[in-house]
Amino acid sequence: MPQDTIKLPELSLIILIGSTGAGKSTFARRLFKPTEIVSSDACRGLVADDENDQSASQDAFELLHYLVAKRLKRGLLTVVDATNVQAEGRKPLIALARQYHVLPVAIVLDVPDSVAHQRNALRPDRKHMGPHVVARHRQDLRKSLRNLKQEGFRHIHHLRGVEEVDAVQSIVRDRLYNNRQDETGPFDIIGDVHGCYDELLTLLGHLGYQVEAEPMADVRDLGVRVTAPAGRRAVFLGDLVDRGPASPQVLRLVMSMVRDGSALCVPGNHDIKLLRHLNGKKVTANHGLAETLAQLESEPAAFGGQVRQFLDGLVSHYVLDGGKLVVAHAGLTEDMQGRGSGAVRAFALFGESTGEIDDFGLPVRYEWAREYRGRALVVYGHTPVPDPEWLNNTIDIDTGCVFGGRLTALRYPERELVTVPAAQVYCEPARPLNYRAAALQPEVLAGEGDLSGQQQHDDLLDIRDVTGKQFIETRLMRGVTIREENAVAALEVMSRFALHPKWLLYLPPTMSPTETSDLPDLLEHPAEALAYYKQLGVERVVCEEKHMGSRVVVVIGKDEEAIRRRLGLVGEGIGKCYTRTGRNFFTDPELEMAFLARLRDALTTAGFWDKFNTDWVCLDAELLPWSAKAQELIKNQYAAVAAAANAALPQVEAVLTQAATRELDGVEALLARTMARRAAATDYAEAYRRYCWPVNGLDDLRLAPFHLLATEGQTYFDRDHAWHMETLRTLALADPGLLRATPYRVVPLNDPAEVEAAIQWWTELTAAGGEGMVVKPYDFVASNRKGLLQPALKCRGREYLCIIYGPDYLLPGNIERLKQRNVKAKRNLALREFALGVEGLERFVAGEPLRRVHQCVFGVLALESEAVDPRL
Amino acid sequence: MLLTITTTYSPATDLGYLLHKNPARLQSLEIAGGQAHIFYPEATAERCTAALLLDLDPVGLVRGRAGSSGDGFALEQYVNDRPYVASSFLSAALSKAFGTAMNGTCKDRPNLPEQALPLEVKVAVVSAPGPDWPRRLFEPLGYDVQLETTPLDPTRPEWGDSRYYTLQLRHAGLRLQDVLTHLYVLLPVLDNDKHYYVGENEAEKLLRKGADWLPQHPERDFITRRYLRYLAAYVNPTLKRLLEDEEGAEPTLEAEPVDASAITAPVTAETVAADSPEPKLSLHDQRLQQVADEIYQLGPKRVLDLGCGEGKLLRLLLRQPKIEFILGMDVSHQALSRAAQRLHLDEMPPRQRARLDLIQGSLLYRDERLAGFDAAALVEVIEHLDENRLAALEGVVFGQARPAHVFVTSPNADYNQLFEKLNAGEFRHTDHRFEWTRAEFAAWAAGVAERHGYQLRLESMGEEVAGVGAPSQMAVFDVA
Repeated sequence: MPQDTIKLPELSLIILIGSTGAGKSTFARRLFKPTEIVSSDACRGLVADDENDQSASQDAFELLHYLVAKRLKRGLLTVVDATNVQAEGRKPLIALARQYHVLPVAIVLDVPDSVAHQRNALRPDRKHMGPHVVARHRQDLRKSLRNLKQEGFRHIHHLRGVEEVDAVQSIVRDRLYNNRQDETGPFDIIGDVHGCYDELLTLLGHLGYQVEAEPMADVRDLGVRVTAPAGRRAVFLGDLVDRGPASPQVLRLVMSMVRDGSALCVPGNHDIKLLRHLNGKKVTANHGLAETLAQLESEPAAFGGQVRQFLDGLVSHYVLDGGKLVVAHAGLTEDMQGRGSGAVRAFALFGESTGEIDDFGLPVRYEWAREYRGRALVVYGHTPVPDPEWLNNTIDIDTGCVFGGRLTALRYPERELVTVPAAQVYCEPARPLNYRAAALQPEVLAGEGDLSGQQQHDDLLDIRDVTGKQFIETRLMRGVTIREENAVAALEVMSRFALHPKWLLYLPPTMSPTETSDLPDLLEHPAEALAYYKQLGVERVVCEEKHMGSRVVVVIGKDEEAIRRRLGLVGEGIGKCYTRTGRNFFTDPELEMAFLARLRDALTTAGFWDKFNTDWVCLDAELLPWSAKAQELIKNQYAAVAAAANAALPQVEAVLTQAATRELDGVEALLARTMARRAAATDYAEAYRRYCWPVNGLDDLRLAPFHLLATEGQTYFDRDHAWHMETLRTLALADPGLLRATPYRVVPLNDPAEVEAAIQWWTELTAAGGEGMVVKPYDFVASNRKGLLQPALKCRGREYLCIIYGPDYLLPGNIERLKQRNVKAKRNLALREFALGVEGLERFVAGEPLRRVHQCVFGVLALESEAVDPRL
Repeated sequence: MLLTITTTYSPATDLGYLLHKNPARLQSLEIAGGQAHIFYPEATAERCTAALLLDLDPVGLVRGRAGSSGDGFALEQYVNDRPYVASSFLSAALSKAFGTAMNGTCKDRPNLPEQALPLEVKVAVVSAPGPDWPRRLFEPLGYDVQLETTPLDPTRPEWGDSRYYTLQLRHAGLRLQDVLTHLYVLLPVLDNDKHYYVGENEAEKLLRKGADWLPQHPERDFITRRYLRYLAAYVNPTLKRLLEDEEGAEPTLEAEPVDASAITAPVTAETVAADSPEPKLSLHDQRLQQVADEIYQLGPKRVLDLGCGEGKLLRLLLRQPKIEFILGMDVSHQALSRAAQRLHLDEMPPRQRARLDLIQGSLLYRDERLAGFDAAALVEVIEHLDENRLAALEGVVFGQARPAHVFVTSPNADYNQLFEKLNAGEFRHTDHRFEWTRAEFAAWAAGVAERHGYQLRLESMGEEVAGVGAPSQMAVFDVA
């Protein structure tokens, strides 16, 4: 009875083998998705416009191999539809399977020549194919059959005759053993135990596991039963045995836990060596194996068999929790995760060594984690370290218990470490646990020995994280695309002008103005902003006075130590105050120091550090006056234009007045217009002067913070704007000379009187020379069913806008044209920048590597180079 | 913007014939960027004044332009001085309104154009880099020059005077067409900005309009350079053609930096120094030659030019046959495009093209593309980075890329006292973040060498002066 299903690993490279006319394409189409099939005929067609052009074979196969490689790299099952009857044709495919750690599978379609001839004869394109072709294919195929296993095929399905081929009705895709993505934990991941049974019991106790002795009635009984705390599961990272005092007990406990499902276990190199011994292979009993073997001698004879069976069943690594967590004894690079090959297994067991031998006679390990960029958290052991350290979303939790260190567990997803000290030194290490600290990586920069591994690593970001087209996943928007040309611009700005990227936790988004007002003589009016939010279903907004200064982000610590600890920056002071492009606001270091010290004192006076349980803070603020930063711009552009106008226009007026006495037609109109322009130029000069005052020192600066962005371990995007306003108002009280609280009002949008009052407030503010106001939804992050809403809209005053649109903007003929403006692109940009800004800061407080934060910050800067009307 | 031309020629109203504009009417015409109005505030036989009033449309100027986001060009902004300042807009208006007069034709009074007239010109206002410039441009042509200054902001006396002047020119006897031509060429030169793209025919225009007077003008280099601003490539050929008859005059000019507008101008003391009359290799060219020579001597196969700019060193390196591959990197995309242009990358024959690649990159980011090179040059690069970012550069170049030889040059601050135009504490270039003395440079280089296993050699670049050393200094690192 021919089989009607074929079982395959879910990730495999399936190589169909059969002569022309054997029915491979039909078979493939019947059982696989069309996109899974890569066919040599189709590739010939693509490169030669003719599926039968044998002269195109070389190019066609290059293309085929390229396509196969791309699919395997991305972890997709792939079927190769080609004759594949010769070993030399299969060889490169098997090599690809190895390269991408995918299992190669052979399916042989072995049909009689007569059938193949018949089928070819029915196809017009193959009608003229000589009978010798099929014969030769069959001959090659017969020769191949013997060798398939040797060539490296792990699964071979030989379908003899048409009947067997047609009988196959379905393909069953078996999950890879390492694929446990559906198990979401929570987990308690335990590092190398090495026979330290007592410490293991203590650790399990701390973790809430109950360990009880069990009567051993049967040889299969392990004598111990462990009950996990509700819902939790232990994961052992291997190296259960060797060197320590009680390897058999450790094995019993772990075997028991794995058997009843309260634990998972991956093998370590010591476990596998023991397995080889138990399998009767000759191994040298060194590195602690001798002790294990001696301990095993006092165990019942059947125990050895149980251990052998247990170890034999261990899978090199596990991919857990939807792909977010990977556990392997020695770690695993991203391209090997969830794959199956000898190389994957070897890496998981031994890691990678450079081939060099260090001063202690041990192999120098290649530190794969330093280059790790994968999405999954990798928890591993194998290499004892004095303290577990996060590095690029990996962590080594082998803290060398058997060498007198500690036994460590990582609680996932909490990311908490639980640790138990070793009762004694059971074995002297060949090299001290802290040897790596003594031989720091060559590119570690001077004076930074006090930084964590991650912080040292973060001193150099990789260009790959910022150049080219980037696609950034954010929690507020599904994905933000950064175009290459924008990244190009941002790279220059970031490199030439920005602060050290470690300071740059956040860049503020751009802000769109309200839609253009219909009222005559006005470009912007609050009515549109309020209506915008109301129409989108927002019930309340917060209207904040807009300060006319420079937008700054302030990152400041309680002291330099806080900056070293949290940001990994040494010798750069207690904080920085930077602009929207990441540039230091201050150019005078003394003024900078004085400013930051005074702000720090204000935070201290306000009891901020204790209240928020933090030693640093990130604020979004406006720094006044405008002239503090923009003095040169004001002189070169704003004042210059007024000077030019005031020099030229009176002379124009004089000449026109003189001409008017000659009663020339049209001169009166020109004169009137000139006088209007002269008045406008005067108003314009008044407008820019309002935002300038001389800055002779600290006492002339004012900081108006309006968002409390983040403190240790926390962002405040979940707090409403009223909370931010009140919190910062309280802070401002601590130093009213430096800090300015921002006047604001909460406006319920369905209360017409309140809406009217808000408009009235704006009218008064702007009439008194204020820049205008910012309208924000009450919640920091506001969205409706269609998605994210604008985080803020600005609404600028009539007088203020002349320093944006020029002195003459209100003159007839100008304002009408200026009203033709489109805020759409700006709003789109504001949303994307907002999503990126929030994402970057969230990543930072979650302790992610700098590159993940920098990617977002860089993205905001890149988006800022997009071409939108700069007046908006 | 207002231009008035007054004559006391008798009869003064002949001005109307000359200008081909009727004194009894106000005439308005469309010009690029707005309107021009021509009228006569006075027209008597004794004294006649013609006024050209430009009414530029500030909204149209901005809206009409393609592209956005400031490259510093004034027209990107609504807040700009164009409506008030005599600029290339005025030149365009002059040729449209008074084209016949400028060509020296007058239908009704054929002999009048050749007549030298007493003339008085007033321009409100011109923008000039300093009060001496209007004089330097107009006095050699025989004008009496009067200037009226304008404070930047009368409420801020500490800000001083603005760059705007009311310019008054008087000449006892000159043909009107000459005055118009002078204004046509020299007003945009003072203003140093052009509202239109400068193409090759701009050079032709200058040759035509300046043929009679520019070759003898003492400021002809300045005038040519600024008139043809944005177009360095035309400067030398144009000058050459202008001076063809003068024997052996072969001026060397450093091209002015492209973004040399007053606001963003990185004015360099070195280029100022290089403006000195003796024809000699500029300091920068000397530096590059020295670096190139030293690199040749090492016989490297693969060479990096980090911060390659517009590709001057790349050109020198390309000439060296033993070098198999050169990678030029710069953080500025604009500089790279210009390098590609100057090296004719697109038209390079394939074999030569395969020897050179240009990439955008930053010395502050780890970059795999920089690995596997025998030598790297960083010519006048480090001083463009904030000092506290040098650690990153060090990590990228010496820690990660690790070429066998690294050449780093930087200005020698000890030498700065010899630059007359440089005040104490000022840097040679506005983008320099620091300039190190020889001792500071040596200390930094020694630290780098020690931390990364290189041997260090220090050299001076350019002519040494006792006590202060040479203008530039170089550190050569050889992997130990």
